[in-house]
Amino acid sequence: MADELTRRTAAELAALVAAGEVSAVQVARAHLDRIAAVDDRVHAFLHVDRDGALAAAAAVDARRAAGEPPASPLAGVPLALKDVIVTQAVPTTCGSKILQGWLPPYDATVTARLKAAGVMILGKTNMDEFAMGSSTENSAYGPSHNPWDLSRVPGGSSGGSSAAVAAFQAPLGIGTDTGGSIRQPAAVCGLVGHKPTYGGVSRYGLVAFSSSLDQAGPLGRTVLDAALLHQVIGGHDPADSTSIDAPVPALAEAARAGARGDLAGLRVGVVRELGGEGYQPGVEAAAREAVATLEKLGAAAHEVSCPSFRYALPAYYLIAPSECSSNLARFDAVRYGLRVGDDGVRVLEEVMALTRDAGFGPEVKRRIILGTYALSAGYYEAYYGQAQKVRTLISRDFAAAWRSADVLVSPATPTVAFGLGERVDDPMAMYAADLCTLPASLAGVPAISVPCGLSDGLPVGLQVMAPALADDRCYRVAAALEATAGHPLIDEVPPL
Amino acid sequence: MPDDRPGPARAGGAGITRDEVAHLARLARLAVTEQELDVFAGQLDVILAAVARVQEVAAADIPPTSHAVPLTNVMRPDEVGPCLDRAAVLAAAPAAEDGRFRVPRILDEEV
Amino acid sequence: MTATLTQYEEVTARYEPVIGLETHVELGTASKMFCGCPATFGAEPNTQVCPVCLGLPGSLPVINATAVEYTVLIGLALNCRIADWCRFARKNYFYPDMPKNFQISQYDEPLCVDGWLDVEVDGSTVHIGIERVHLEEDTGKTTHIGGATGRIHGATYSLVDYNRAGIPLVEIVTKPVPGTGPLAPVVARAYVTELRDLLRSLGVSDVRMEQGSLRCDVNVSLSPLGATEWGTRTETKNVNSLRSVERAVRYEMQRQAAVLDGGDRVVQETRHFHEDTGVTTSGRSKEEATDYRYFPEPDLVPLAPDPDWVESVRARVPELPSTRRRRLAEELGASEFELQSMANAGVVDLVAATAAAGAPPAEARNWWLGYLTQKANEAGVEPAELAIGPEQVARVVALVAAGELSTGLARQAVDGVLHTGDDVDAVVAAAGLRRVSDVDALAAAVDRAIDAQPEVAEKIRRGKVAAAGALVGAVMRATRGQADATVVRRLILDRLGVTE
Repeated sequence: MADELTRRTAAELAALVAAGEVSAVQVARAHLDRIAAVDDRVHAFLHVDRDGALAAAAAVDARRAAGEPPASPLAGVPLALKDVIVTQAVPTTCGSKILQGWLPPYDATVTARLKAAGVMILGKTNMDEFAMGSSTENSAYGPSHNPWDLSRVPGGSSGGSSAAVAAFQAPLGIGTDTGGSIRQPAAVCGLVGHKPTYGGVSRYGLVAFSSSLDQAGPLGRTVLDAALLHQVIGGHDPADSTSIDAPVPALAEAARAGARGDLAGLRVGVVRELGGEGYQPGVEAAAREAVATLEKLGAAAHEVSCPSFRYALPAYYLIAPSECSSNLARFDAVRYGLRVGDDGVRVLEEVMALTRDAGFGPEVKRRIILGTYALSAGYYEAYYGQAQKVRTLISRDFAAAWRSADVLVSPATPTVAFGLGERVDDPMAMYAADLCTLPASLAGVPAISVPCGLSDGLPVGLQVMAPALADDRCYRVAAALEATAGHPLIDEVPPL
Repeated sequence: MPDDRPGPARAGGAGITRDEVAHLARLARLAVTEQELDVFAGQLDVILAAVARVQEVAAADIPPTSHAVPLTNVMRPDEVGPCLDRAAVLAAAPAAEDGRFRVPRILDEEV
Repeated sequence: MTATLTQYEEVTARYEPVIGLETHVELGTASKMFCGCPATFGAEPNTQVCPVCLGLPGSLPVINATAVEYTVLIGLALNCRIADWCRFARKNYFYPDMPKNFQISQYDEPLCVDGWLDVEVDGSTVHIGIERVHLEEDTGKTTHIGGATGRIHGATYSLVDYNRAGIPLVEIVTKPVPGTGPLAPVVARAYVTELRDLLRSLGVSDVRMEQGSLRCDVNVSLSPLGATEWGTRTETKNVNSLRSVERAVRYEMQRQAAVLDGGDRVVQETRHFHEDTGVTTSGRSKEEATDYRYFPEPDLVPLAPDPDWVESVRARVPELPSTRRRRLAEELGASEFELQSMANAGVVDLVAATAAAGAPPAEARNWWLGYLTQKANEAGVEPAELAIGPEQVARVVALVAAGELSTGLARQAVDGVLHTGDDVDAVVAAAGLRRVSDVDALAAAVDRAIDAQPEVAEKIRRGKVAAAGALVGAVMRATRGQADATVVRRLILDRLGVTE
């Protein structure tokens, strides 16, 4: 029974709990047991909050027993929460030593909304340190492993949440996406992962990496599950000045509509610049097949050129490090977190510097130094200033593309999951994993990664991008593609 | 946002020296080791060459983008809300005394 | 080591000063700039903090609408142009009183620009240009423990309180002000005084320098008379009173002149003013100017003040203090000179309020410019901070006019109010200060005085009325000055059967 429960989708579990066929506590236990059984190999979780999850589950059951309606369409469903999202009294490390043991005194808005929805947070998942990376190998606590092949990476930076969902430890995960950190791990783990329109989900309580790019978003084994989760966490938040003041679109509805498989009238733009050198043939083939499938469903596909997408990677690797060099300055050994070298003789400046050197990993340090450089007097115009202009050009390319296309598609990432250790010594090679996902991040438009087949036995994801605020279109197209496969790709994952 | 201070203008990614990395690390309060300096300088040189490509783009008359969905005038009314409990605030502190955060002696005077 | 100073007259004979002032004003909003913590003074350390003003990981700022409104009000009162679009920026540097190690401020897109403020100095008008008015957040407070002076030097550790972190701060920067010559220190002081009065009249801050809600940095440079280029300027901080503004400018002028006279160059730096000694000492060297790596604050969206709204705010700019003073000069029947004296002493409003409470303007003026200013100086406070206010002063004036208090007793009454904080009538009653004019009460004292000096009494009986003064004096002493001297004199003469 427990095994069956962990194979269910979130939508199914919610229905079972609402119908009283199974208790939320049973659901929680089944998943906690699964974590205990496999996480020694997957290493998805940094902290399992057994008590918290069971208490939340008990509350769901009590509510039902009192005759009250479910708190949300996801009441009674467990979830894996990326450790970059603040949880009150539950350790939040952001995958870094500098926050080891930190117990936040408040909840992120995303956390609060999940709790209010009756979702049980099973624990905090592994990630590249401060969301910088594409493999979880930058985690200070060791990498996570891809359930499809434990010698490979689960992608990053939301690799822990992705591994958890792909390992059936939870049907739902929350990741964050700054340059592709939901979409890329979703793709290499055979999951659905969506980056909302920038401002669509509150960033209050999302520990900032690159403020103008960060977005929290859903990870699930099905499009509908991801849509349901997005509806719970999305929407305006007065505590986040950059959050969009508009209601969340009817995403679950869009997913259901898409599953009916009719895409007549849909214009699909295939982005020329997101392919070619550096892309594995198997990945490109799977993506091409997916486009062909969309055409069979009634869509019309054509090639679209977005020339400035070539500059997305350099622009991103200037903007993100610049913003992060400022965002991470607060980790200074004064108010929380690690303090190293305070021997009663050293001055504060030295203690700060020693703490930050000990507490941050190499990728974080590289980006802080790069960002400090890019913002320096005399360099600002040439680097950060210029990158922000390139961003405008990328937005303009999207705007031009929307004249002839309703959605734009590409592979979600150029390769299937690479091997652990393969790219750690070559930062540029690691950055290349983001090639496809960066343009949508820079323009702030919504983008989903949906499984579209296997290449050499490893998952491939198709990225579907839509205009700002048209998240529902992403879900609709993704659902249509998913429906043609007959079953979620993840069902084919080898058992652990 | 224009910066009118003069600085050594660099065309294309004309490299970053070990000394510059050391200077930047100091600015960012990062006590990098000698070994780290060597590794970083090399890696950053490569990265800088890549990101300097943004300068290839002729963008003289292009306005910079800050936000994808343009918003303005997002504000809150001047109302008092709840504060944190001091015990919770200081619980996370590496060192505290007298209800305040305790830090080692400060070198650089903020006049 | 004491610096060499050139004589002030020497300085102004050979050098031309250029001054500039940067003032920071803590706004009197209810809550902080970017969060809902209370913006009040004096709470227990770290009890007015939240994730936002502590800069906890994940926290985000949200702009206080009233702070923006107050800033626009200030800008309009200073004749500035209000930006139709502007942004906040991050000013990045490390210091323990800054929770995020960056300050959210404004850089090259301030909310208000290009204004002016006219200041009256010595009968003429000095036109002071205002470069910009912008909005930012205040820092926390660091206390240095272990050193002798409470400053960093010699301290063994420090303690940080973040209650003040995040309080809205408006920065007002003047354009450089050349051409003030020997009056530079006075002009600087007059500007800060006028600005303070203006801010108070706008109701945006309680502008108390000694509490830190109004902070001033003075910039001074010297160039030789007739030179085309301005000299190197220094910035002096920790200027905590109007008097210090004047002293700091003056000292810097003398110090810089001595440096230049010695053939050296003035170092561009930040200096620290010392209240007790009136000198400035070197602080951080600005030669290695800190690179703040400004960039637009990504957690906030731009401000685009609606033009109609700006006009509605403009309608709320009250009568400027200078306009008001002119109007009051008429109402109070004071000359420009008298009004200037009142302004210099900081008592214009007080005199006006006292007159409004019923006192004749001349009386009100005399009290405030005279005895009360003296008392304020003795206590080292501003006249407005005395425990006696205009209503009470008007009461004193009324009591004197009614003959119930002599001038001497009136001063005693005022002293009593200053000492106890009670109102005038209570003080008078408690000390029994009322001028005693009751004839019966005085009769006994009069008799005793006559009996004590029989020779004097005899002189008076024989017509030497002037001698009555000695007896009057005796009665006054006996009644501790409370007797009404006129009545006493009449009683004595009556008693002795003499008419005047």
